[in-house]
Amino acid sequence: MKIGVLAAQGAFAEHIAVLHKLKIDAVPVRLPRELAGLDGLIIPGGESTTISKLMTDYKLREVIKERAAQGMVIFGTCAGMILLAKHGINGYPETLKLMDITVARNAFGRQKESFETDLKIPVLGEKPFHAVFIRAPLIKTVGEKVEVLAKLADGTIIAAREGKLLGASFHPELTDDARFHEYFLNIVAGKH
Amino acid sequence: METGTWKVKTGLAQMLKGGVIMDVVTPEHAKIAEDAGACSVMALERVPADIRAAGGVARMSDPTVIEAIMKAVTIPVMAKCRIGHFVEAQVLEALGIDYIDESEVLTPADESYHIWKHDFKVPFVCGCRDLGEALRRIGEGAAMIRTKGEAGTGNVVEAVRHMRAVMDGIRKLVNTPQEELMAIAKEMGAPFELVLEVHNTGKLPVVNFAAGGVATPADAALMMQLGADGVFVGSGIFKSSDPSARAKAIVKATTHYKEPAIIAEVSKGLGEAMPGLDIKQIPQDELLATRGW
Repeated sequence: MKIGVLAAQGAFAEHIAVLHKLKIDAVPVRLPRELAGLDGLIIPGGESTTISKLMTDYKLREVIKERAAQGMVIFGTCAGMILLAKHGINGYPETLKLMDITVARNAFGRQKESFETDLKIPVLGEKPFHAVFIRAPLIKTVGEKVEVLAKLADGTIIAAREGKLLGASFHPELTDDARFHEYFLNIVAGKH
Repeated sequence: METGTWKVKTGLAQMLKGGVIMDVVTPEHAKIAEDAGACSVMALERVPADIRAAGGVARMSDPTVIEAIMKAVTIPVMAKCRIGHFVEAQVLEALGIDYIDESEVLTPADESYHIWKHDFKVPFVCGCRDLGEALRRIGEGAAMIRTKGEAGTGNVVEAVRHMRAVMDGIRKLVNTPQEELMAIAKEMGAPFELVLEVHNTGKLPVVNFAAGGVATPADAALMMQLGADGVFVGSGIFKSSDPSARAKAIVKATTHYKEPAIIAEVSKGLGEAMPGLDIKQIPQDELLATRGW
C-alpha cells in the first residue's frame, strides 16, 4: 500500500509522520507524476486558497479527479476537506468538487476561536477522540449518500464519509491518536 | 472546548508550513497577495524598506489599516508589535489578529525584556539569530520562530547566516552527550528543558520560517533547502516592479524548492527585484537584527 500526501502547502509532513509510525509507505505529492501508483491520498490542512492555486498551476486538479474516478481513496483534513467539497460558502476557493457536502470556511471565526475538544466518533470506537480545530471549516449540509461520522455537542457536522472520500474539520495529524488514519487506511485496504 | 492552547497556537503555524507570508500595507496589496497564493499576510503601515528609509520610531500600525486588511482577505492576518510592548500586543489581540509578530523591525519598547507571550490567547512569532535566541523566545511563549535576517535590505545573506546558525545549533545538540547539555544550556542562555527536547527530537519544538531579505524565487527556495519551514517576504514583493508576478513566482518556488527547472521557469521575466543593500554599508546602530537578545 502506498499513500501520497499532497504537499503543495500545509501540514503534509505531520501526516507523513503519522503514516510512517503506522509503517505505511508515504510520499509527498507536489506534481501530477507523483500521483502514479498511489492507493490513497491525503489532502492536509493548510490554506485552502493557496493549495487550490497550486493545484491549478501544476494541473494536479485534473489528475486527482481522474485517479479518484479510478477508485483512489482521498482523505481531506481541514483545508483538505474544503478542497474535496462540491459546494461551499464564505470566500470559496476552486475545489475538486468530489464530495457531496457544503462546507463553510473559517466557520468558527478567527484564530482566537480555534479550540480543542473531545469528540465521540462511533466508527473509531468508544474512546473519545481528542480533536484540534484551527480556523476550522464545518459541514453545513450533506448529500443523501454521505455518512456523518462526527458532530460537536451542538450538532455541527465536523466529519463525514462518502464512499471512498473522507473529510474532517479537525487535525488528526496533530495528536498522537492514529485511529482516524487507521480508519482511512482500512478504507484503502477495502476493509470498510 | 478550550481556546488559546499551546496546541492551537503552534498548530496554526504548522498549517502555514510550505507557504509564503507577505507584508502588505493596503487591502489592495492583501488581495494581490491572497490571489498569488500567500498563506498569510502581515498587515503593516509601511514595509521594512520604508521603515528603514524613514528612520525615527516605528510603532504598531494604525488599527484602521489592520482592520481594513483583515476584512479584505480570508487567509490569516498577522501584525507586528514592538519588542516588549505588551500593550500593543493586547491591542492586536483585541482586534482579533491571527498571529502577532513581536518584531525587531519596529523600534523596541523595552531593551531588557521581551513580552511574556504565554499570557495571551493569540499566538506569537519572534525573530532569532541562533538556536539560543530561538529557545529563549519559545520559553517565553513564542509558538512560531523566524530568522531575523536583515529586514528591508533585499539581501538574503543575514537570513542565511541565521538559518545556518539555528540548524547548526540543532545538529550540535543532537550529537552532544547528555551530561554536557546543562553546560551547553548555560552557554546558550536557553531553557534547559528546551535544550533537552531539541537533543531528543532533533528539531525545534515549533515551526521555523525564514525572514529578512528574501527578494527572489531562488532566495525563497534557498531558505527552504537550508531547512526553513516556510518564508516571510517583506519588502521584496511590493518594492519590486511587478508585485503580482513576483508574489506568484515566490509561492511556486517555495512549494517546488527542490525542482530547479520549476524555479528557473518561474524566475523568467519578473522585472526588477527590489534594490538591495550591502549589509556592510549599513551603520552598526541601524541594523535591525541586533535588537532584542
